[in-house]
Amino acid sequence: MLSRRNPQLNAHGELIHLLSIEGLPREVVTQVLDTAGTFLSVNDREVKKVPLLRGKSVFNLFFENSTRTRTTFEIAAKRLSADVINLDIARSSTAKGESLLDTIANLSAMHADMFIVRHGESGAPYLIAQHCAPHVHVVNAGDGRHAHPTQGLLDMYTIRHFKRDFSQLTVAIVGDIVHSRVARSDIHALTTLGVPEVRAVGPRTLVPGDLREMGVRVCHDMAEGIRGADVIIMLRLQNERMSGAMLPSAGEFAKTFGLTPDKLALAKPDAIVMHPGPINRGVEIDSSVADGSHSVILPQVTFGIAVRMAVMSIIAGNEA
Amino acid sequence: MSRLLIQSGRVIDPASGRDEAADVAIADGRITAIGHALDVGSARHIDATGCVVMPGLVDLAARLREPGHEHEGMLESELRAAAAGGVTSLVCPPDTDPPLDEPGLVEMLKFRARKLSSCRLFPLGALTRGLAGEVLTEMAELSEAGCVGFSQADAPVRDTMVLLRALQYAATFGHTVWLRPQDGWLGKGVAASGAVATRLGLSGIPVAAETVALHTIIELVRTTSARVHLCRLSSAAGVALLRQAKREGLPISADVSVHSLHLTDVDIGYFNADMRLTPPLRQGADRTALREALADGTIDALVSDHHPVLDDEKNLPFAEAEPGASAVELLLSLALKWGQDHGLDLPRTLARVTSEPARVLGRGLGGLQASAGRLIEGGVADLCLFDPAATWRATRESLTSQGKHTPFDFFATGTALPGRVRATVLAGELSFRAEPMS
Repeated sequence: MLSRRNPQLNAHGELIHLLSIEGLPREVVTQVLDTAGTFLSVNDREVKKVPLLRGKSVFNLFFENSTRTRTTFEIAAKRLSADVINLDIARSSTAKGESLLDTIANLSAMHADMFIVRHGESGAPYLIAQHCAPHVHVVNAGDGRHAHPTQGLLDMYTIRHFKRDFSQLTVAIVGDIVHSRVARSDIHALTTLGVPEVRAVGPRTLVPGDLREMGVRVCHDMAEGIRGADVIIMLRLQNERMSGAMLPSAGEFAKTFGLTPDKLALAKPDAIVMHPGPINRGVEIDSSVADGSHSVILPQVTFGIAVRMAVMSIIAGNEA
Repeated sequence: MSRLLIQSGRVIDPASGRDEAADVAIADGRITAIGHALDVGSARHIDATGCVVMPGLVDLAARLREPGHEHEGMLESELRAAAAGGVTSLVCPPDTDPPLDEPGLVEMLKFRARKLSSCRLFPLGALTRGLAGEVLTEMAELSEAGCVGFSQADAPVRDTMVLLRALQYAATFGHTVWLRPQDGWLGKGVAASGAVATRLGLSGIPVAAETVALHTIIELVRTTSARVHLCRLSSAAGVALLRQAKREGLPISADVSVHSLHLTDVDIGYFNADMRLTPPLRQGADRTALREALADGTIDALVSDHHPVLDDEKNLPFAEAEPGASAVELLLSLALKWGQDHGLDLPRTLARVTSEPARVLGRGLGGLQASAGRLIEGGVADLCLFDPAATWRATRESLTSQGKHTPFDFFATGTALPGRVRATVLAGELSFRAEPMS
């Protein structure tokens, strides 16, 4: 089969959509992080706006509910002076039976410049990117279990902020990896940036052995997974997975793979603890750890806005 | 009295190994003579110089979407697609809407297909009512109506007792039961379990979905002696179980789809929904095992697994897209491609789409049993003429099928396909003719 060009890059290798971190050159990832650094100061100004996207229309298309991610994209777009239109598709057009591509065609006719897409099915933003007008840019804000690239990038920004250099790090990602788009984006970003050891930690039902082919070390033992880690990324355990065939109970998960002060003591003394939020206190993470000195969960949120501003401004400046 | 003389072709009858330059004379739907410089008087002539003259292809798995899609004229277009692919006999599974569990439905389908005279249609009857896996269908009546076997299509029988009873009952009357080995619980994903599905975040179907079902089926064949045809194997482990069962002498046959024979899960690329297929595309080692098993005869037949899907059902996120692809027109070319890759001669390659699938159908072919899938004097005149030196591009425009989706689309693969059908003869009449014929 013919291998096609990565659909998020143009012929010059520039980013025109952000669909996944997989396949992005290291320079592009670094460019996003560097650009985010310049935007961080905008957030501290009295007038928190730059005119980079003035006159542009950014559509938030959330086929799956999310208040937090949608809000951070909205803030980021507004700080770039864009007009932001929020569409709660989950409760409007698709409920009336309109197909995904019809929705996209209609919104394109309203002269959208950028779609921020969240969808419950892996790969949906690729379909949208293939079928929208050439001047429209697509940012994946989370698709199924596949990718959440802006979360991955803000996690990288956070790690770089606290650890500076990626080339000596051990990063442990803990929890429900099989269903996690955040984990996949983090893994691609970490391996792209040259992190020598990325560990995927959790029970066999949630951490498939195939992950090794993405360049990670699979650990089914929490102590082995955390020992000596510089960075620990805890994943949210979705309510629907807390009991069933994947796990017997939230309590047992907390006991075996939850991050407690005892387990955190196995990591490096200066380890940082991250979480994409929203957190389940007492399930995947103990309150004392979430609020403790190792936690960088709130800085992640702050950096997230700058990173999303960086992504939007970069892709808006590149032509298909 | 209609007469036809096909002159100067390379005549191949895979079953006997015949492979020679000859003329084929046809009268009243039968082959009257195969030989040199035949003179049959006022017959219509077809110059087959440079072409292979072979038996019409027998495809054991093609969905025609009827009943259920009558308004789209699917039966007509898909049978014309079959003729364009050199196929003269095809078997359709019973998962229509409604399913083929009533003799009236089967009679109507056969009647409509006969009127279109593009291709012979051999329906499989539903094994259980509504394919629900609970109550057996009236197999005697369905068989009289024209069903050549009984199948659950892609709907598994979850209740093993029902499966045991179905096999016992079918065996009583000598019916073949066609089963696609897939465990109902393990088979719920949308892509083969493995590194690709894990990386893309697609729910996986483990190999165990196939092998667990195979273990069950093989054990039940052992105890009932029912004849079972296994539809569309997908894994190396499945091939190993089949090989062992055949060595044991169990009455089991099997087929593989053109997709599993040529593609792997890596071809899903960036969520290409044209690669959303049932069974799912598996890994390279599986493909290798399937190709070898087809070559050594462990797998009896190659099938198109034709399943036309309209744009609205395919232009969706991968998991929501309807599985399937249009393939009946590609069957010959994809058989040739496999044969070339394996260094097989033409008779051995073509046997997998002619005499071997006909043997699987056996007495289901009725009066055609002795000659379907063969080229013999006195036999039925179902033929395919193709140019082995020609190549062609499968594109939306070149497909006759109403479904325009195929993983082998030229614009996706950049690869042309070998062998072009020039004419198809059904019961002595041209059912397809490409123009112009060289």
